[in-house]
Amino acid sequence: MNKTINQKAWFFVVPVFVLVAFNAAIPLMTVVNYSFQETFGNNVFAWEGTRWFKQILLSERFHDALGRQIAFTFIILLIQIPLGIGIALTMPKKGWGVPVCLILMSMPLLIPWNVVGAMWNIFALPDIGFLGYSLNAIGFDFNFTQQPGDAWFTTILMDVWHWTSLVVLLSYAGLNSIQPAYYQAAEIDGASRWATFRYIELPKMKKVLTLAILLRFMDSFMIYTEPFVLTGGGPGNATAFLSIDLVKMALGQFDLGPAAAMSLIYFFIVLLVCWVFYSLMMKNEVKS
Amino acid sequence: MKKYKWLVPTLYILFLMLPIYWLINMSFKTTTEIINTYSLWPREFTTENYVKIFTDSTWYMGYVNSITYTVFNTVISVAAALPAAYAFSRYKFLGDKHLFFWLLTNRMAPPAVFALPFFQFYSSVNLFDTHIAVALSHCLFNIPLAVWILEGFMSAVPKELDETAYVDGYSFNRFFFKIFIPTIAAGIGITMFFCFMFSWVELLLAKTLTATEAKPIAATMTRTASTSGYELGLLAAAGSLTIIPGAIVIYFVRNYIAKGFAMGRV
Repeated sequence: MNKTINQKAWFFVVPVFVLVAFNAAIPLMTVVNYSFQETFGNNVFAWEGTRWFKQILLSERFHDALGRQIAFTFIILLIQIPLGIGIALTMPKKGWGVPVCLILMSMPLLIPWNVVGAMWNIFALPDIGFLGYSLNAIGFDFNFTQQPGDAWFTTILMDVWHWTSLVVLLSYAGLNSIQPAYYQAAEIDGASRWATFRYIELPKMKKVLTLAILLRFMDSFMIYTEPFVLTGGGPGNATAFLSIDLVKMALGQFDLGPAAAMSLIYFFIVLLVCWVFYSLMMKNEVKS
Repeated sequence: MKKYKWLVPTLYILFLMLPIYWLINMSFKTTTEIINTYSLWPREFTTENYVKIFTDSTWYMGYVNSITYTVFNTVISVAAALPAAYAFSRYKFLGDKHLFFWLLTNRMAPPAVFALPFFQFYSSVNLFDTHIAVALSHCLFNIPLAVWILEGFMSAVPKELDETAYVDGYSFNRFFFKIFIPTIAAGIGITMFFCFMFSWVELLLAKTLTATEAKPIAATMTRTASTSGYELGLLAAAGSLTIIPGAIVIYFVRNYIAKGFAMGRV
């Protein structure tokens, strides 16, 4: 759409600008403030320069948390995106099945995150939970509160349970926007099921899929509540992802300086990846 | 192969329902039964856990608090996002692209980063432990989202609609409220759905900004778990009840979900 140049449009944006700035700029400045200073309580501050940043960037604790975070995000993207596409492809296109599928599949998205954690805790407990009990009954030695591998398995399964539906809904919406004429053309050309998917469905879903990956990246990179309730970051530090580690540092140990520096580095990483994605998305939009 | 296509969504839905069933199953059991026996359904069926929640004000007020700030937040977010989204979809102005990306970056900010400064900030303006504080803090991620979705819907409406209305002698306000808003009603519905959803499920900020007066149900659950022993049945009942508002909201927007996702590029 060709837009008119109109500087007065700023007036429309003012409420949003004020509300978000009120919420974002002030706390962010507080964080920046802490990140360069040492505090001894009572509002006494001493300038520390970039000491906290160096300390965080060189600390093994941060490297470990970042490594776990990247591994987690990578694994869940690798599972959720193909699985979501697969389910969307097999969903009914019309009839009573559509609302049933949509309603039931959206359910996990609307459950408060700590309830998701609590629910999976109860579900996976080795003695009274369905998952834990069943796995032990068929011969696995499963205990997510003791064994790091099991904790990872449970956390990933929980995230797949929680968020795959988002990918399904997005892909489904993308598929629905394809005109029937494309499928008819493919049929006339005798295209195989794979070719139809590869050359018609996948390109048409490109936009929503980029969005799905972007949203899943952001949210899984920020994940806090669910693993906190499920495993508390344990056993040991096995599932202490970035946010969990950060909150431990800021509110648990009250190391405000290092925690603030870590917040900024953390935010910067998320921002960088999202900026790359956003630029790619906008480029695609201009092209199409 | 086509014949067995229905199997995939069916199995997936089964997988989704299992943990939910387990939670509900637990909520109808007595604490002794939960700890001592493993059973697929409650042997001694009890509604004691639910009775406790509906008669104890620290429990049911949690729901009232959660719903209150969620509704506040939804109203504030959509009301503020409507004119802004209109501006982004119709006009070019100085710094529009940068502003749009800046808004989105707030959706990307990890709430854990903001928890502590938020606490200090809202305490210093005397808003700590109020519904409005939580509602305002959730604007951080809900307003950018609302602007993003609404902008998608508004851009799908041809600009000729605006121009025709002005030619017909409509003032801007009359056009916006009488014609434009009804045209994108579905989009507003979807936006409200997402704002409600993200405000309802968020806990970290809601918990940090409240103590007693506005404590959300989710926080009540975690605190009860740590103070009065581990009453799994009660916890399960409280958890089961948190699913209901979401389920009601989904039911109302079921026809728009797929369409909304596509148009609103969420």
